[in-house]
Amino acid sequence: MSEPITTTDTLAVAQTGSEVSGASASLWSDAWRALRRRVVFWLSVAILLFMGLLAVFPSLFTDRGVNDRCDVRFAKHTPSSWNPFGAGGHPFGFDTHGCDYWAQIVHGARAPMIVGFVVTGIALTLSITLGSLSGYFGRWLDALISRITDIFFGLPLVLGALVILTAFPDHGVWTMSLVLGVLWWPTMTRLMRGQVLSVRDADYVQAARMLGAGDLRIMVRHILPNAVAPVFVYAMLNVGVVIGYEATLDYLGVGLQYPTVSWGLQLSQAQDVFTDHPYLLIYPAVLLTATVLSFLLLGDAVRDALDPKLR
Amino acid sequence: MWRFVLRRLLQMVPVLIGTTFLIYVAVFALPGDPIRALGGDKPMPPSVYEALRHHYHLDEPLITQYGRYLLGLARGDFGETLNGQSVASLMATGWTVTVQLALTAWIFELVVGIALGVLAGLRKGGIIDSLVLSGTTFIIAIPAFVLAYSAQLIFGLKLGWFPTAGTDDGWPYSYLLPGVILGSLSLAYIARLTRTSLVENMRADYVRTALAKGLPRRRIILRHTLRNSLIPVVTYLGVDLGNLLAGAIVIEGIFNLPGIGQQIFQAVQIKDGPTVVGISTFLVLIFLLANLVVDILYGALDPRIRYE
Repeated sequence: MSEPITTTDTLAVAQTGSEVSGASASLWSDAWRALRRRVVFWLSVAILLFMGLLAVFPSLFTDRGVNDRCDVRFAKHTPSSWNPFGAGGHPFGFDTHGCDYWAQIVHGARAPMIVGFVVTGIALTLSITLGSLSGYFGRWLDALISRITDIFFGLPLVLGALVILTAFPDHGVWTMSLVLGVLWWPTMTRLMRGQVLSVRDADYVQAARMLGAGDLRIMVRHILPNAVAPVFVYAMLNVGVVIGYEATLDYLGVGLQYPTVSWGLQLSQAQDVFTDHPYLLIYPAVLLTATVLSFLLLGDAVRDALDPKLR
Repeated sequence: MWRFVLRRLLQMVPVLIGTTFLIYVAVFALPGDPIRALGGDKPMPPSVYEALRHHYHLDEPLITQYGRYLLGLARGDFGETLNGQSVASLMATGWTVTVQLALTAWIFELVVGIALGVLAGLRKGGIIDSLVLSGTTFIIAIPAFVLAYSAQLIFGLKLGWFPTAGTDDGWPYSYLLPGVILGSLSLAYIARLTRTSLVENMRADYVRTALAKGLPRRRIILRHTLRNSLIPVVTYLGVDLGNLLAGAIVIEGIFNLPGIGQQIFQAVQIKDGPTVVGISTFLVLIFLLANLVVDILYGALDPRIRYE
């Protein structure tokens, strides 16, 4: 039996909510046709586009800069109305430092987005490279990579991040992404390795080899396109999961620090006062949850579209 | 079978050594001097300082320190915290709290998660199915600490049903709210996993055979489908035990439970190497053992699996 694969497959299934099955590259156009008809797909794309706009062009939504024109006299001033459109110039009220909360929340989108994409990008690159090498060449290289994967897999993520981030107290968004990315790859690597193993001995790979194709060409042109779809879907869901983790580490006090603004930090600052000022917790929580939810639903929709069994 | 167990146990050794080494190096890299911090505001006499450094072997290079630690570990000695307490006795108090918390969460996610998954899977596309799917997606999307605050505010402060902090009321009352929050993320995963697995197995050939034989639907589901569907769920439940223990770092802080999560968090802050590495080693060990138990359970659940 091959226990590492089973465990990871199960993990991936648990997180994506369905069987993560292989799909050929030609399926992508079919998948697009199926996706176009899904309301959920367009809804999550719309939400993510909005969050992306907040992250890239915050000046479209507020004329204030980061931590700009804060006045302690206004600290924790509740918005005048629960309806943000009827609450005048400060629709979300003021935060604990007296900054306009709407402006801070707009600026707070950038950090989690960067962390989410960079961490997933690092993990995806590492896992595609290591998983392909391990699955394709097998033997001692597979043994070596698999044991290193085991070591990182055995290390609880919160714990590893807690210790390493405490060791580098002055980390910004990029350092934090790097640290998380280095810890994040084991599950995806195992998934990728399993996928490569399942297509490595396929007829078309044998045919390519007999026609004289080299290892690199076989891996890039034949194996990768047929093995990468589930890993790609997992990565899409993963962006949302990373954003949730980033907020959790901010809450623990080892994530991002002032003067950086991020939703996680805002939630963390709200923890002591939220019984009296629940809006301080609710607004960033709603935006954060909407973002994570959109990534999950988007991943779900793409997975369903790629899964030939559901057609 | 026993050869399989033995081989797996031996394979654990390098993983355990690698993981503890990673943690050890990371703790070593933590900023600040823990011995100076021990003295508080008073400056420490140089002779005392040197003696303490020597006592904790901090004057040696990293690799000798680590070697010494491993040797102690092999003899069952987890070392000494920076205030002179033995790490083993410190962990003993913390583990009782954390194990109670993790088991509460585990039982909750197991029972409720599988039940929801079965209810959803039996009627794919029905109302219950949609509710379970959307509900679990929401739970996955909300960070656990936000969920914990909200639960504390609503069920603890506003309704007064549960204590909001501490372990004064003992098990299970004090552990119910934190346990449910801790288990909620995995509950969502388990419900979805059970559902998917069940839906796929309902289409299997053996189910059609059983139907054709004229077996009642109830018996088919309980004896045939469910047993096969639960194999991936068992895997997940095993792996998750380790996740729950690590997740306790967040939940114990919010509900002020004095478990190993709190201990390790505080130990990282004061750079207490022996405590951090000791607790981590234990966490990893439990994680690896849980995985082994899962692999052995496979054989019981699926007779097709044989251990070479």
